[in-house]
Amino acid sequence: MKQPMAKGTDEICRRFGNDRTRMMDIVLEVQARFGCVSHEAMEQIARAVNTHPVEVESVVTFYSFLSVKPQGQVVIRLCSDIVDWMKGYEDVADAMSKELGVTMGETTPDGAITLTRTPCIGMSDQAPAALVNDVVVTHLTPERGRQLIRDLRRHLDPPQLVTMVGDGNNAHPLVRSMVRNNIRMRGPVHFAGFEPGSALRKTLALAPEAVIREIKESRLRGRGGAGFPAGLKWELARNAPGRKRYILCNADEGEPGTFKDRVLLTERADMVLEGMTIAGYAVGSDSGIIYLRGEYRYLQPFLESAIEERRRQGLLGTDILGKKGFPFDIRIQLGAGAYVCGEETALISSCEGLRGDPRNRPPFPPQQGYLGCPTIVNNVETFCCASRILLEGASWFAAMGSPRTSGTKVLSISGDCRKPGVYEVPFGITAQELIEMTEAENAGSMLIGGPSRQMIGSERFGGRICYDDLATGGAIMIFNRARNKLEIAEHYLDFFIEESCGHCTPCRVGLILLKRAVHKVVAGAGEPSDLTDMRDLSNFIIRTSRCGLGQAAPNPVLGALENFGDLYAGLVAERKPGLLPEFDLSQAVVDAELRAGRQSKYV
Amino acid sequence: MTTKARIATVSLAGCFGCHMSILDIDDRILQLAELVEFDRSPINDFKEFQGRCAVGIVEGGCCNEENVHVLEQFRKQCDVLISLGECAITGGIPAMRNNIPLRECLEEAYVKSPGVYNPSGAIPNDPELPLLLNRLYPCHEVVKIDQFIPGCPPSADAIWDALGTLLTGKPAVPVYTRIKYD
Repeated sequence: MKQPMAKGTDEICRRFGNDRTRMMDIVLEVQARFGCVSHEAMEQIARAVNTHPVEVESVVTFYSFLSVKPQGQVVIRLCSDIVDWMKGYEDVADAMSKELGVTMGETTPDGAITLTRTPCIGMSDQAPAALVNDVVVTHLTPERGRQLIRDLRRHLDPPQLVTMVGDGNNAHPLVRSMVRNNIRMRGPVHFAGFEPGSALRKTLALAPEAVIREIKESRLRGRGGAGFPAGLKWELARNAPGRKRYILCNADEGEPGTFKDRVLLTERADMVLEGMTIAGYAVGSDSGIIYLRGEYRYLQPFLESAIEERRRQGLLGTDILGKKGFPFDIRIQLGAGAYVCGEETALISSCEGLRGDPRNRPPFPPQQGYLGCPTIVNNVETFCCASRILLEGASWFAAMGSPRTSGTKVLSISGDCRKPGVYEVPFGITAQELIEMTEAENAGSMLIGGPSRQMIGSERFGGRICYDDLATGGAIMIFNRARNKLEIAEHYLDFFIEESCGHCTPCRVGLILLKRAVHKVVAGAGEPSDLTDMRDLSNFIIRTSRCGLGQAAPNPVLGALENFGDLYAGLVAERKPGLLPEFDLSQAVVDAELRAGRQSKYV
Repeated sequence: MTTKARIATVSLAGCFGCHMSILDIDDRILQLAELVEFDRSPINDFKEFQGRCAVGIVEGGCCNEENVHVLEQFRKQCDVLISLGECAITGGIPAMRNNIPLRECLEEAYVKSPGVYNPSGAIPNDPELPLLLNRLYPCHEVVKIDQFIPGCPPSADAIWDALGTLLTGKPAVPVYTRIKYD
């Protein structure tokens, strides 16, 4: 190994206390400094933290932002989500690829620039977008793509690409990003004024049990998508046996089309941090971790400074706000580009410095989570809600929303509409109202809650956004009538195949089989029984997969079958019994014909 | 004239183990004979179909062009087609060659393998020999298959249950302990 790399790697391991559970931080640093985590580096890290090299390798090869082979000094990750496709991804990709003289996934011969693609980076309202190392570039066009590459060739310094900064804290010196918030509707929970410490002061006047009671009475449900009652989760963690407890904030919003947590972290960092502190007090924990998705690394220095500022104000640290015996502090754990880490048990694995493999449940995290301790994992928005509830009271919060889902919801709306962006709306609002608010013309279908939830057609636009009807973690995509719905379903099936962790067979193999079946039908080779088979296979994958990814992955196909069944039905036809259309005997015997020097008598 | 249901069976790229398992129904074969008449099958050694069949039972996957041809005939002649056993369903042992190019397989078998005496180095190529496919295909990748009975081989009881269900029209109740995958 080259001396500087050996020395640098050792130094990085030392900085994280040679602690195996901080593996993510170690390998991310090594990757950032040396452009890869080579086998030599892995062996050295293993020695330093006292583990096997294969443990390090399992982490490095799992996350898409880490690589064993050297990458370019600058890595351009072009976002290839469906919304980016709709806004011109292909032309931009083509222009950049030509300007660089490499194809997607390659590095220029001089080792300067790598061009690759990545799933949703949380910028659907300003697509097509890309990450250039940690720097976000938005609203790309072929010409801007070419210019970006000409600029990079000159300076190889991504921060210099930012010539105009966005609104709000995007202009903060520690962020300096061209990202825009696009907050289109400000509601009372998240976007009303907030004085740091105000909710915490009210909290500390109550007993921890009373804080939990307050959350329960507000009927707050988790905002990440699953909608688990937050008060119950906190109570389970508080009552679970264990000496240490943890508060984890899920800021890994990877569900395609979701970007509201990005805006909350940019504009409402104090509310998030305060909500975590309140949870710490209620549950009896002194440590919090924000799991920040790798795509949002540009927010890390800003969030670190917000944490530091709260320490200075006595809102974090020991004896918070003078309350003896209530210490609480927060660190940021950076992710590295793995959708599955948004699943709470995978997120915990990742925080522990492991592959982001989901775990078997039970035990549930409130019983045994991070490092085996009782742990609550809540979404960014849930913690914001908690702050506001303690400030304004449970009944104030519970009075808003629909009968069974209280409060407001921050939605990220993108796709075919004039006003994409972030909307804080009361629960119970209809899909039709959203269409009008966003000035979407000719809307034909909507993806509610991202691909892991459901696609609805216009006949269901009267449905309400809430956990009993159209449930969503925040993603809403609008498609006009001209969009091919089956193509969208297939696009997202590809996404899930790519993001499957590969641990369990129904998800790893089943999704490939489902993809083949869909492809066969779309190609016009299907029979009506194929549609039944697709349904059966989908349900089988949902029933037998271990985690939420596999359990949700067939939803785009199932949803399309359910809501747009006639589209598929129009593609299939009964066929005469015989060979399947996808089996080609002439292709299957071509090797043997060549070798034997004679033709098959059956072709 | 008889109104018995007709059954056809065949072994493609299989070892005849599944057919042995059919014979393992023992004296129940007399009850079966009450219900069915065997069409083309190794059991009566008929090589061609005599007429349309209610049920076709296929052992083994497709390793050569002739297997494909036979399977296609089965699909055309049978109302219900059953993949019987591991090889028909997944390819089984013959599918072990699937990751090795055909030429290498043949050279290993006829030329290079230790103990092979083949001074001319020729690989059998009689026009009577069916051409091999590039890989082994499980039956459902070649034609549509209606029912699958797993096992290597499936037990006689599992086969008996499946046939009984099909022939009497009673709904299938798979017995958990009889379903084996190896």
